[in-house]
Amino acid sequence: MKKTKLYIFALLFLIVPKTSFGLIEVDITRGNLNPLPIAVSPLFVESKSVKEFQNLLKKKNIGEDISSVVENNLKSSGLFNPLKKEAFLQKPDIAHLKPRFEDWSLIKAQALITGEVKYENKKLRVEFRLWDVLAGKEMMALAFTTVPDNWRRVGHIITDKVYQRLTGEKGYFDTRIIYVSEEGPKTNRVKKLAIMDQDGFNTKYLTLGNELVLTPRFNPTNQMVTYLSYFKNLPRVYLLDIETGVQEVVGDFPGMTFAPRFSPDGKKIIMSFAKDGNSDIYTMDLENRIVEKITNHPSIDTSPSFSPDGKYICFNSDRSGYQQIYVMKSDGSNVKRISFGKGLYGTPVWSPRGDLIAFTKLHKGKFYIGVMRVDGSGERLLTENYYQEAPSWSPNGRVLIFYRETKSDSEGKGFSAKLWSIDLTGYNERLVDTKTDASDPSWSSLLSE
Amino acid sequence: MKLNNLLQKDDRLMIKNIAISSALHIFLVVITALTFPFIAKKPIDLPPLISIELIQITDKTNIPFAPKAKKIIEKVKEKEKLVSEQAPPKQVKKEKPDAIPLPDQNQEIVKKPEKDVQNPEKIDDEVKQVSEFEKDELFDPNNIAALIDKSKEELAETTNKNDKITQSNQKNITTSALTLSEEDALKAQIFGCWSIPLGLPYNENLLVRIKLSLKPDGTVINSEILDHARMNKPGQGFYKVLAESALRAVRLCQPLRVPTTGYERWKDLQLNFDAREMLKG
Repeated sequence: MKKTKLYIFALLFLIVPKTSFGLIEVDITRGNLNPLPIAVSPLFVESKSVKEFQNLLKKKNIGEDISSVVENNLKSSGLFNPLKKEAFLQKPDIAHLKPRFEDWSLIKAQALITGEVKYENKKLRVEFRLWDVLAGKEMMALAFTTVPDNWRRVGHIITDKVYQRLTGEKGYFDTRIIYVSEEGPKTNRVKKLAIMDQDGFNTKYLTLGNELVLTPRFNPTNQMVTYLSYFKNLPRVYLLDIETGVQEVVGDFPGMTFAPRFSPDGKKIIMSFAKDGNSDIYTMDLENRIVEKITNHPSIDTSPSFSPDGKYICFNSDRSGYQQIYVMKSDGSNVKRISFGKGLYGTPVWSPRGDLIAFTKLHKGKFYIGVMRVDGSGERLLTENYYQEAPSWSPNGRVLIFYRETKSDSEGKGFSAKLWSIDLTGYNERLVDTKTDASDPSWSSLLSE
Repeated sequence: MKLNNLLQKDDRLMIKNIAISSALHIFLVVITALTFPFIAKKPIDLPPLISIELIQITDKTNIPFAPKAKKIIEKVKEKEKLVSEQAPPKQVKKEKPDAIPLPDQNQEIVKKPEKDVQNPEKIDDEVKQVSEFEKDELFDPNNIAALIDKSKEELAETTNKNDKITQSNQKNITTSALTLSEEDALKAQIFGCWSIPLGLPYNENLLVRIKLSLKPDGTVINSEILDHARMNKPGQGFYKVLAESALRAVRLCQPLRVPTTGYERWKDLQLNFDAREMLKG
């Protein structure tokens, strides 16, 4: 009898429809590309250290200055929207201990940076924290100790850490830019090698301006620079040690050498060598000075640039009749043309991420800075102007720096050359502040690596 | 003796039961025969069934992101339109690997005349590329052709895209109980709250699935990343960044725009955050 009841119940269980629901899934495939609202609270300066910093750095509030560096960096990236300090409800001295997240979410901040600056053992010590305002938890906490004069660099390093934590890719703020500083009228320009922080501060000149200098490029460790200058009235590739100031000519070639660049391991220099109207690509091993011819074609092959793994080289050549971009293996084999659009393509530069090649394009009298994939597909022109060229990648492969010239009037006035940066979206174009006119920029790798 | 009596009694009972059963069976057979369709005087003219999906109208909807509706409309129209001739070339383009193609994989794009001669100037017209900018700017006959090509490509792309979306949503039609506008309202709200971290690579499998437990007013009681273990694994920095951004979006958006009725249906909800389409650009 019991068994029969059990069977009946089992039967009912099978027959009666269940009323439960499966888990509803919703696919979110879109989001907004608006800059992330972030609050950069001024770093709190320990009361004992205020006077020390005033005496040493002549800064009234070093905490505010460091946070300004961070704020400007984040803003220039185009990915963050630093909120106005006037809207902050919590003061720095309390915020760095335990932020009231309600106050920060009230002003629509999604992330918050707080911190404290101290003077300890004759050094500057900065502790900072990154907070997720909406989750109400700490995302990162780090401390840096350095000589007080290095306070700007601390700001850059903090920005790199925040940028990486919130975007997933490495930052590019603790970097330098080497460029050609230009002064004087267009017909008689004085050109000097100059180096500065990526935000335009701490400019230093490396040459006196007696010789014409062009196309400076960093080596991977940022200690050496290769560039073009004149030796015995011939353009030659030079090597300069930034720390010691020692410079030398690279190789004794019977013609002119130009467009130099380091290999990714820094052991070789790749450049063009021109003689009798023909120019080919060569490499020189910096240890044993052995020169190797990479291309062998009766056309103009120039502007070589290695892929980040060193296995490939992109360059431009007019072998098809027009200047176009080509890719080949690092031994010169397997040459393939990758640019097929109308116009002329030049100055190809391989992205540090390896996925894109940046270039300058000339078409119908206008210059464009663009990017394409390494197989030539997906060409995108990021910016257009009267005259602009020589893109150089930020170390994370997200931003390009290049120079742009303005037209001079009939009297030769009004000419200028300035550095500009643009990110891969093509929307975040910014003028990079330099003390003088500037051209041929080259971005270093991260200094803190 | 007693046993014999009992058996006779049972036999009689059985005969009686068989008689009743037979009578009832005959009755059923007669009734069935009488109600057979061919016996009916007039055949009932049944109208064809019309399937109607009940859609709850909510305050807001997002027409561009209503692929289900688009699919339904297109289903009613001709199917041939979906399988347009322009589709295959675009698909070929899309089938390209997302990973960085190495130059030696470019055989299909650039036809080199000879292996060791550095003179690949003879390029097949078919594989020549025209930049997007030029297509917009120039108006000579060749470029008009290019414009037509582009429009074809765009049509194909739209078709492919719609196919893709509708396929994924087909699953929802059968398993989820949210109506079109309910789902659209929720999606549109989260789209606005989700700041996509632009530094993420587009060619990695980055899909964050978050399970939410909700209050009837849409407030989030609990949010759980379904693949939480991946967050703290080494080399999964991008996944962590994406997961955190998705959680921020949920927190920023709450209370979520949930339907006013049927709490039991959606009290547990799974959101699948996938930024690849956006990051590809």
